[in-house]
Amino acid sequence: MPIIPVNYYIFLAVALFAIGIVGVLTRRNAIIIFMCIELMLNAVNILLVAFSKMHHVAAYALDKTTTVGTEAQLFVFFIMVVAAAEVTVGLAIIVMLYRNIHSVDINFLNRLKH
Amino acid sequence: MHITEILFWMLTALALFSALMVVSSDNPVHSVLWLILVFIAITGHYILMNAQFLAIVNMIVYAGAIMVLFLFVIMFMNLNKESEPQKSVWLRLAAVVSGGSLLLILVAALKDNTGYINSMKGEGSIGLIKNLGKTLFTEYVVPFEISSILFLSAMVGAVVLGKKENSSPAA
Repeated sequence: MPIIPVNYYIFLAVALFAIGIVGVLTRRNAIIIFMCIELMLNAVNILLVAFSKMHHVAAYALDKTTTVGTEAQLFVFFIMVVAAAEVTVGLAIIVMLYRNIHSVDINFLNRLKH
Repeated sequence: MHITEILFWMLTALALFSALMVVSSDNPVHSVLWLILVFIAITGHYILMNAQFLAIVNMIVYAGAIMVLFLFVIMFMNLNKESEPQKSVWLRLAAVVSGGSLLLILVAALKDNTGYINSMKGEGSIGLIKNLGKTLFTEYVVPFEISSILFLSAMVGAVVLGKKENSSPAA
């Protein structure tokens, strides 16, 4: 069986997270920024699943009936649950924003300063 | 090269390229479609790691429900054209430099990890729904039920936020 170092998954997750950060910093469309936040959430999910499997492989070598690593996958499941709720409310806020200022450009949102 | 490694590199390349296209494409609808490709690649990674329940949930919830919601909102606002004003070149350059610095620092800090996965034949039934469901409904049943309250409050909040103000009887 092939061995994939967990480093590769770390680098993939970090790269996806950095791309999400760059997207949040460069774009002005609120929906795109929201999508980049989703991208970062998914990068973290990959990392959690990879560490869960790493932990499980190490424990499985000693005990064939171990269920170590289940908690991390459940944690990813709960992250997805919270993300679904968060997307609903966030998109409702963006729709309300669009009704009020007729744009989703975040540069029009600096009026809290004045 | 084993087929698992070939699949790993293909899925990684697909995920990174699609993520770059999400950030760089001008049309928001194209961004959503590229993001769906990212989620499909991530689902493939979950399958490679034998986390089959999470793969299915990721496919249904993220690539299905959430992305359809995004697409629906974009269509609803009629944003499917290249009308977004760009930030200045210097701001974008600074953003790319800071994101690249974050990438560099995280990689440098984490590169000494020596763990590995996908190593043993017959290993790994923790990602199957039998094991996850048993744990979810015994140890984690209280957070599971609380998440239903979270969904209810999110639904009420979305309806309240999305309602037109002048149509409410109190206004």
